[in-house]
Amino acid sequence: MVLPLIGLIVLLASAVVCGLSKRGDVLGPCAATIAGALAVFAGGQSLLTGASPTITLPIPLPFGAPRLEIDPLTAWFVIVIGMIGAMAAVYGHSYLSNQPRRTISLSWCWYNLLLAAMLLVVLARDGFFFLVFWEVMSLSSFFLVVHDHEKCGVVRAGWTYLIATHLGTAFLLVMFMLLGSPDSMDFVHFNPAVVPGGASLIFALALVGFGTKAGLVPLHVWLPEAHPVAPSHVSALMSGVMVKIGIYGLLRVLTFLGPPPSGWGWVMIFIGVVTGLTGVIFALVQHDLKRLLAYSTVENIGIIVLALGLGVLGIAAGNIVVATMGICAALLHTLNHALFKSLLFLGAGAVLHAAGTGRMDRLGGMLRYMPYTGAAFLVGAAAISALPPLNGFVSEFLVYAAAFHVMSVGASAWSGLIAVAAMALIGGLAVACFTKAFGIIFLGSPRSKTASQAREAPAGMRTAMILLALLCLGAGLGGPWLVGLVMPAISQLLPVSMSLNELQGIFHMLPWISYAGLGLLIGTALLLGLRAVLLRGREIRSGETWDCGYAAPSPRMQYSAASFVQPIGSMFAGLMRTRRRLQAPQGLFPTAARLETETPDFFVQSCFAPIVRGLARLAAAFRDLQQGRTHLCILYIVATLLLMLIWHLG
Amino acid sequence: MQALKEILIVLLILLNFRLLGTSRLGACVQTVALQALVIGLLPLLGPNLPTPWIMAMMAAATLVKSVVLPGLVRRALRETGVVRELEPLMGYTLSILTGTGLLVLSHLAGRKLQLPTGGVDQLLVPVTLFTMLCGLFLIIARRKAITQVLGFLVLENGIYLFGIAFAVHEPWLVQTGVLLDVLAAVFVMGITIHQINREFDHIDTDRFSTFKD
Repeated sequence: MVLPLIGLIVLLASAVVCGLSKRGDVLGPCAATIAGALAVFAGGQSLLTGASPTITLPIPLPFGAPRLEIDPLTAWFVIVIGMIGAMAAVYGHSYLSNQPRRTISLSWCWYNLLLAAMLLVVLARDGFFFLVFWEVMSLSSFFLVVHDHEKCGVVRAGWTYLIATHLGTAFLLVMFMLLGSPDSMDFVHFNPAVVPGGASLIFALALVGFGTKAGLVPLHVWLPEAHPVAPSHVSALMSGVMVKIGIYGLLRVLTFLGPPPSGWGWVMIFIGVVTGLTGVIFALVQHDLKRLLAYSTVENIGIIVLALGLGVLGIAAGNIVVATMGICAALLHTLNHALFKSLLFLGAGAVLHAAGTGRMDRLGGMLRYMPYTGAAFLVGAAAISALPPLNGFVSEFLVYAAAFHVMSVGASAWSGLIAVAAMALIGGLAVACFTKAFGIIFLGSPRSKTASQAREAPAGMRTAMILLALLCLGAGLGGPWLVGLVMPAISQLLPVSMSLNELQGIFHMLPWISYAGLGLLIGTALLLGLRAVLLRGREIRSGETWDCGYAAPSPRMQYSAASFVQPIGSMFAGLMRTRRRLQAPQGLFPTAARLETETPDFFVQSCFAPIVRGLARLAAAFRDLQQGRTHLCILYIVATLLLMLIWHLG
Repeated sequence: MQALKEILIVLLILLNFRLLGTSRLGACVQTVALQALVIGLLPLLGPNLPTPWIMAMMAAATLVKSVVLPGLVRRALRETGVVRELEPLMGYTLSILTGTGLLVLSHLAGRKLQLPTGGVDQLLVPVTLFTMLCGLFLIIARRKAITQVLGFLVLENGIYLFGIAFAVHEPWLVQTGVLLDVLAAVFVMGITIHQINREFDHIDTDRFSTFKD
């Protein structure tokens, strides 16, 4: 328990120094990296030894002293936070270097505060302090999102995020109020049996409250707004880690709700499927790289919740194999997604940094100018598409395994069928989506002048990306070891009656994945060696890209981001409602022609926008009250006071 | 003694009505000063006399409110050259009628209010409420910034009266706090009135609505 406390003190102290002085540009990332390393170490120690040290901080506060604990579930998330937090900090040091020092310093103040708040949220064992840290986390990430507030649209995105996160917190507040008693808000005293409405009400509140943070459809609308405008290392941290805190909250609530009914599992599977499909379909048609990645985060959260739903269904049915596999897949995918999504966001940031734009139709051929970034991005893209031997494959494989097991047992076979079908569709579309992202940006030739002047990212940014890519590979090959590591966390979620002793056999196929992955790597290496041998002594000529018989090839003849996905997009046209503005070529000698497509979020358009418009109209009705006269303002106050007096005396 | 006390309380009510019914600002200032003096005298007639220390505090407070603050307002009057409130937002007849309504309301509320009175005059509670409401009414229904300052002073008188009626043991705790507030308010508004007058040649607060967002 000492290590995370030291880490927290380092983070908070550096946040104060960065907030007050201009010298945070080196101190901030250093502190974040040290604290991240400490957190990873502490989490690993707890997972390996299985100990759950607890500490009550001797700080007298109105609602008792905050109690912190590292149990295996917390430790797993502490590792994720520490690892990505440290990597993103290393990257951010170079990423921000061309900005004014005061701005950088302030940004690191919020960054370290966000890291500390996330660690405290997962460590807290008291409803009151959980909410306080949760709020600090939301606010510090808001200030990070509006870092470039002078740019158009950034503040608006920030507000969207702030409103969404506070709506979610409102549900959490009600949930903790129902669970807690005036005497104690400690988690160990929570008793859902006495709550009016029962555990299912608590579960519903948790699903909405934590789901807003995690980005479950239709509460995901803040992600595609906030992620693209934030600095890239912040997007990586938010998308890779902060949304996972929502998943953590859901898991933590499940630990004190008692045995779940199968209905919860069905709800989670349904939401997971809808979230995953919506996320990947909208990711497919985005033209902005970071927006695409944000939607892809929604997709992966869908997969995590789907896996969790299978696990809960397994617990409800008393099927320990399905339960373990489902929860294991959810936890593993949490780590894996944190690794490859932050890698992709860092890669996107490097491209943005070098070419000055994230619009895919202005990029192209970046692999030639930025080989390291391109290679790292390729690893991330392959991992997120769940291709072996990378880490995405392991966790999605476990989801499939759980789903097939449900089907073979036959108790609620439909859920397995739905899960397999949805996972197959999501997986296929994700491959298409990231083929497009990598292909349009890194292959071909540059579509604009700024793109052709791009340079490789500086060393700090490269280091973080390469490390993350290696971790993706390592987590892919070390799947069985990771499963063993996460086992204590899984057993926390299972009912006491389910022992893990009989489980040694069910993961027997995992080592084979690793062997196959290793074989794949060796095979690739052999093929590359063979190529080198065959090419020895021969002339290698390189020609222009797209030089296949065209008289005057131009970069504009390439596939565009929109045209690449048009065949798939037309399949889902009903859901996406892409807006097209077409100026078709006319006449025998056509001159100018143009086509613009834009896909606004379906849920924003058809669900939230009407609500917001209605609210605005309602609020406008009250504008007449505000006349700007002090007399009237005081009259309102007096009238209210008098009415309350009369009402009270009644 | 009791009879004298009741006479003073009735006098307070009448002073309030005078404030509501007069357009001359000089008379208003005079009335407010007189009201503060009457309120300062009230505890001396009470069943049990306060300790000398509290008495001294009360004397100081009364002095400030009946001499110093009215003096400041008079100076503001002289500097701005305003003599009358010519076009109030609510006419004087209507103001007095409203005042009657407020008095009835205060009386009803005072009867129903459950307070740890313990030997306090039955009339004192309604008058306290009435004085506060009159102060607020002046702030709402008058146009000149000076009348609004006077409204604040009357409001403070009401709160002070409440303090000496109920917080018998530590009334100065209530009043010193309130007094500080009002002093600050008078200074700020005095300066503001001066500046506004110099800038706009008038001190009609309802014409400031152009400043709203």
